[in-house]
Amino acid sequence: MEDDAPVIYGLEFQARALTSQTAESDAIRFLVGTQSLKFDNQIHIIDFDDENNIISKSVLLHQAGEIWHISASPADKAVLSTCYNKSEASTLPFHVTRHLSRVVTCGAVWRMPPEWESGSHESPDDPHNSHNPQNLELLCHLDNSAHGNTSSVLWEPMGDGTRVISLADNHALLWDLTESSTQATISSSATLEGKGQLKFTSGKWSPHHNCTQLATANDTAIRGWDLRTMSQIYCIENAHGQLVRDLDFNPNKQYYLASCGDDCKVKFWDVRNINEPVKNLEEHSHWVWSVRYNHSHDQLVLTGSSDSRVILSNMVSISSEPFGHLVDDDDLSDGEDNHQYDKSKEPLQDSIISTYEEHEDSVYAVEWSSADPWLFASLSYDGRLVINRVPRALKYHILL
Amino acid sequence: MDGDINATAPGTTPPDTDPARKRRVHGMLKLYYGLNEEGKTVDQAESMDPCDINGPHFDPEVYLNKLRRECSLGELMDQETCMVKQIRSLDSDMQTLVYENYNKFISATDTIRKMKNDFKKMEDEMDCLSTNMASITDFSARISGTLQDQHAQITKLSGVHTLLRKLQFLFELPARLNKCLELQAYAQAVSSHRRARCVLQQYSHMPSFRGIQDDCHAIMDKLAQELRQKFRDGGSSAKDLSECVELLLQLDEPAEELCDKFLSHAQSRLEADLLGLEAELRPPLSYGPTAVTDPYTGPAHRLSVEPTAGSPTGPSSLNNPFLSPSSRTDILEFIDRGCNEFVSSLCLVIASYQELFVNRPQEGELASKNIPQMAIGKLHAFVDALATRYFSLVERRIQEEKSVGDNSLLVRALDRFHRRLQAVAKLLPGSAVPSQGTEIVVRAARERIKQYLAALQSFYLNSLTDVRQALAAPRLGGSSAGVGSHLGGPATGKEAPASLPELLSTLSASILNQIKSVLASVHLFTAKDITFSNKPYFKGDFCSHGVRESLVVNFIKFVCQSSRQFCESAGDRGGSTPPALLLLLSRLCLDYETSTITYILTLTDEQFLVQHHSPVTAVTALCGEAREAAQKLLNHYVKVQGLIISQMLRKSVETRDWVNTIEPRNVRAVMKRVVEDTTSIDVQVGLLYEEGVRKAHSSDSSKRTFSVYSSSRQQTRYAPSYTPSAPMDTNLLSNIHKLFSERVEIFSPVEFNKVSVLTGIIKISLKTFLECVRLRTFGRYGLQQIQVDCHYLQMYLWRFVSDENLVHFLLDEIVGSTAHRCLDPAPMEQSVIEVICERGATCIPVFLPLTVPPASLSSCP
Repeated sequence: MEDDAPVIYGLEFQARALTSQTAESDAIRFLVGTQSLKFDNQIHIIDFDDENNIISKSVLLHQAGEIWHISASPADKAVLSTCYNKSEASTLPFHVTRHLSRVVTCGAVWRMPPEWESGSHESPDDPHNSHNPQNLELLCHLDNSAHGNTSSVLWEPMGDGTRVISLADNHALLWDLTESSTQATISSSATLEGKGQLKFTSGKWSPHHNCTQLATANDTAIRGWDLRTMSQIYCIENAHGQLVRDLDFNPNKQYYLASCGDDCKVKFWDVRNINEPVKNLEEHSHWVWSVRYNHSHDQLVLTGSSDSRVILSNMVSISSEPFGHLVDDDDLSDGEDNHQYDKSKEPLQDSIISTYEEHEDSVYAVEWSSADPWLFASLSYDGRLVINRVPRALKYHILL
Repeated sequence: MDGDINATAPGTTPPDTDPARKRRVHGMLKLYYGLNEEGKTVDQAESMDPCDINGPHFDPEVYLNKLRRECSLGELMDQETCMVKQIRSLDSDMQTLVYENYNKFISATDTIRKMKNDFKKMEDEMDCLSTNMASITDFSARISGTLQDQHAQITKLSGVHTLLRKLQFLFELPARLNKCLELQAYAQAVSSHRRARCVLQQYSHMPSFRGIQDDCHAIMDKLAQELRQKFRDGGSSAKDLSECVELLLQLDEPAEELCDKFLSHAQSRLEADLLGLEAELRPPLSYGPTAVTDPYTGPAHRLSVEPTAGSPTGPSSLNNPFLSPSSRTDILEFIDRGCNEFVSSLCLVIASYQELFVNRPQEGELASKNIPQMAIGKLHAFVDALATRYFSLVERRIQEEKSVGDNSLLVRALDRFHRRLQAVAKLLPGSAVPSQGTEIVVRAARERIKQYLAALQSFYLNSLTDVRQALAAPRLGGSSAGVGSHLGGPATGKEAPASLPELLSTLSASILNQIKSVLASVHLFTAKDITFSNKPYFKGDFCSHGVRESLVVNFIKFVCQSSRQFCESAGDRGGSTPPALLLLLSRLCLDYETSTITYILTLTDEQFLVQHHSPVTAVTALCGEAREAAQKLLNHYVKVQGLIISQMLRKSVETRDWVNTIEPRNVRAVMKRVVEDTTSIDVQVGLLYEEGVRKAHSSDSSKRTFSVYSSSRQQTRYAPSYTPSAPMDTNLLSNIHKLFSERVEIFSPVEFNKVSVLTGIIKISLKTFLECVRLRTFGRYGLQQIQVDCHYLQMYLWRFVSDENLVHFLLDEIVGSTAHRCLDPAPMEQSVIEVICERGATCIPVFLPLTVPPASLSSCP
């Protein structure tokens, strides 16, 4: 179908940070952070008009440095956080760099200037609309030099935007923000102890259990943390053969967790039984960098890999709707219920729905839209953002 | 017309009369001689020719007319003279005949007259004889009349005599019986008694006879008692026993009871045999000859058994040269003993029993009791019960036969077992025993196949362990030997790969030999001289299902499966399986796919003449499985080796501070390690796999292509990087480049050749390098160091891969990405890079052993 064709948007810079605007539930909007060592980095706000298949963008300057990670506040559309590299040597003369230059990764919370939206009303094709982009307004730093490089910042899922966790080297720091988010204080922290230089590579704040759980990845292990006591709950040693790159919680099944890593695999875990993964997916031909559950239909799992592919899988057997949507006969007569499903239907087979090959470089980030559950974006290193939809046949199959 | 003839030839009348007369004479002669002579002419005359002068229908008129018409005068005259001549000769003949007849008549008359005289004389003599006879009759009648009285008396006397003799026999009977009893001449006693029994029975109303009868009864009871006692004692021989039984039967003993007794007696003896067998089954109480229990010596004698195995006390131990003093009897001996003792006794019992109870000619009242049927029924139950026990013992013994070393012993034992049971089958048709025996043989064969499979599997695993050790052993010594090895040269150290093909060939040869020897062992089951080999099971099911499927096919499947397990169980971190083993197994599986499986199966089919009644696993399916295993192993090998190199590269990138690094003076040691490892992998793979196809590459690859890559493309890429439009340009360039290059599949399946394997490993390594570089930030010298490193890799890696452009492309990407991630992208002069690399290539520093983490390597200058 024509409108199922992917929509491609190219950034001028390389990029690996992508998020959907979590607090926005109407417009399909993604935020992309660029990586450039030589130029001012930008945050691209990408709006997608589903009806007309048109992308419109606006650009905000992020002068602090290249962006490694970006996440949006669940409460305030205008608030977002980034992890960025600050290289202190970039402005110094070359012959002394050796002694002074130092690259550190910091975290910060920002507010978009209120007028940004006005800019986006210009024609998206106009190349000049980014000529004098506005700056982000810094709300606060999430910095503590004692804790080292910040690898990611996590907002409390469905929270009021006042609690944030940052992962810095081997520390997990829980911050409390003031209502205006202008000030951040560490309320508690956990430290990963062990031999060698341990470093969190990524983490995820569980939306279940009143948001009291956190899962982190370091090297090949996945750990669960209780945020009330900041102590470890579980640890899946050797969850992957090599580095674990990303995690995601099943939004509907509280104990289910997906992980991906350098062994080209995506694994699904039930954290109550950590000896064996519930399911293994081995479809990518290189490292898998990102895994995402669909927010409402958790059988849909999206993965992005450095083999330049994005794969959408249908993991029905371990989803919250293993037999489809079961509805009573009474409900079947209810005209309002769209989720009618034949009860006698066989359990569906797990399958690969589709492999998207629009990217030509490694895909480091994939993200579902927070507004439209059938839409997702993927970002490759060369700055190409691709917006795709779940195939219609499947969509109707799930809905009807 | 006749009138015309008569009128025209009146002169012919005289000859007319002649033939008529002649005819009359003819008829008379005919009358006289019978028809002998004239038979022919009569036949001819029946042709009804009236012109035939000799024919019966001769018509003189017609003949005359004919003559007259046909003949000339001269001829007529001749005819007339001829005819007259004939008539004359006939007349003279007739006269002679008449004369002869007359003479004969005269002589006959004389003879008759003479006879008349003789008869008269005879009549007189006969009269005289009849008078004599009459007088004799008269005398005889007179004599018999006088002797009549005396004859009657004599007859009476002789009757009394016979009666008296009989009575005497009766009266003497008790005494005689007693005497017989004393002399133990039971047979005589019984026959005497039988003779008298009826008479005594008949005259039992008379007191005297009654007395005799009672006496006799008493004696016979005693005799029966004694017989029974004898029967019960059982010490007597089979012949005695049968005699006993016969007598007892004649004494009207109930046959059923006798059968039971006979059988129970036999049972006790057979049970002794069984106990003897069972004693052998018991685990040896102690080592040494006491373990050899002998049923003949019994427990009381056991202590006295001499300490040598060949002690004369036990015939079984004498018969067996196989018996070693420390071990228990082997299965052949056991079965032998079972056959010799139990089965032959059983046969004897059956034979004598049948002789006694079944095949006896039935007389009188015995016939009505239908003994044979009852007896046969009892015999069957008896044989079945005993045979079941025997079989359970045999089965227990067979189950103990675990060692698969020598199958011939078992087969011979089973053969003997089976053969001896045929005797039972012949003796006792319709018995379930032989079929049960066959069942046991079949079960044993099945069990044997299972054991062989297990043995093969453990053999395979053991050989793998051996290979593993062989692989591990030289490696330990190799780390020191690797010190002097040169890049690009044959890496003699480290993996000691020279032994890989040898290991492979030894492994596959030993497996094949093992399979062959197992097949040979199993083949014994179907040898022609083995009785049970002709059973339908052994001809069909055993060959196709047993040997082919459960043994050979299962083993091949096991090989594939266990090989696959190396890929899975080894874990993702490379696991404990040495990569060389993976490579070796992969080659093994591939060999299996190409030839070995077909060979083994053909061999099996030929040896066992397998006729596939049921569907069997196809060769292609097995080959497919083997190929799949080989592919999986090779993929895994690539992955493991790639991972090892990747880890080195990753650590070297991750642990270094690239921003503050010093100006590159040398190629990093890690890169040399990478090249060296790749070389040794190349050698290792080259030992087992063919070279494979490469895309044609330029003659002077290392120099020329690299100079293109670095000078033209790289320069254009970095030169304008200070203009504002730079990022677009680089992206554009790189994208255009990507448009024309194929997508690189990193962990893709490899082909079965060296180049493909090496390509896979290098792809994985370089891609890792790329991804790691992208996560770091570089200073000016960091970029330069990467440039140097990449150039170095470029110089050496192109020769390993199928398409050198792939290496170029990936290295390009690495340098490009580094430049992007560089704070101060000032590339190094190409000539300087080359000089550094040349220097690095010529003077290679001593490589650190593997145990030093690559992290420390990267800190070396």
